[in-house]
Amino acid sequence: MYSIVAGGGKVGANVARSLLGMGHEVTLIEQRPYRYDHLQEEFEHQVLLGDATELHVLERAGIARPPELVLAVTGDDEDNLIICQLATEGYRVPKVIARVNDPRNQEHFDLLGISQTVCATSNVLGLVEHEVPEHGIVHLLELRKENLEIVELQIERNSPAAGKRVAGLRLPEGTRLISVMRQGRSELAEDSTVIRPGDQVLAVLEPGKEDELRRVLLTT
Amino acid sequence: MKLVVIGCGRVGSAVARDLAEDGWDVTAVDEQEEALARLGERWAGGFIVGHGMDAEILRRAGVPDADAVVVATSGDNTNLVIGQVVEKRWDVPCVVVRVLDPARADFYAARGMRTICPTQTAISALTAAVRKESKQTQEASA
Repeated sequence: MYSIVAGGGKVGANVARSLLGMGHEVTLIEQRPYRYDHLQEEFEHQVLLGDATELHVLERAGIARPPELVLAVTGDDEDNLIICQLATEGYRVPKVIARVNDPRNQEHFDLLGISQTVCATSNVLGLVEHEVPEHGIVHLLELRKENLEIVELQIERNSPAAGKRVAGLRLPEGTRLISVMRQGRSELAEDSTVIRPGDQVLAVLEPGKEDELRRVLLTT
Repeated sequence: MKLVVIGCGRVGSAVARDLAEDGWDVTAVDEQEEALARLGERWAGGFIVGHGMDAEILRRAGVPDADAVVVATSGDNTNLVIGQVVEKRWDVPCVVVRVLDPARADFYAARGMRTICPTQTAISALTAAVRKESKQTQEASA
């Protein structure tokens, strides 16, 4: 597989190294000369000096082939967004992944149709939330392309679902239970599975269904 | 008619002043508070300190009901992203974006964006001036 990695910081350099290690072909693009010099020692001809938002730089990197994958992982969200647009709209690159540095910019990526994004800050916050659940519902994973989310819910003693079988729950449309974790052991949620206080339940749902699901599983 | 100018540097501030004189209700947005000085002592329009990528700043500047938005910060990619966000999120009828790189200006113009490229304008004017000169010299020597 051929990939272009735009941005030779910690993220870009590590990803490029891993892809090369897996036997893939990679061109890494870095615009800062001092960083480029350093990267060149390791990546040799596989790193290119230039601004990856300039079309002639992308073309020198082989964007017209086109690569199977473009990773826009610079420290600048606007640059990452533009790189993704140039790659998909200008050169029909089938898959682009963008790094979101400031989680507040996520909405811009969504609005402009860049669906594959990674935001370290949001991921860390998600983990913090996982450790300290506040509203009884924890977001574990967002599958943007599929328009689905995976969440975790903690069943309390007063939950309307406690003591009921999965088949007997009136789950809202667009939601489904995946598994139930009890005393450190997890099992798939079957129709016959009985929900008990203390259970941690994984559910898959369409975005925006959290409140409906919460009503069925958490609050009376 | 309401205009929001994002990026109040040399270009943005002059556009804001000229259109305010035409009678537009203008609000300028810039990250630097000092940019207000570029609008002159008698500036009667709005001025908001903040980044144009911040949707809340755009709302406060009145972008949702603006008739026109001019995006002229110092970053091409910032301008291109803000311009698209303004068009897509709020359907502003007239969005004009300054892009210094001719290649990116063309790329986005081909996708329906109104891009203005001062670099291309300079290239065309300089080339035309020299061509005109060489034509006159040729005609004179003929």
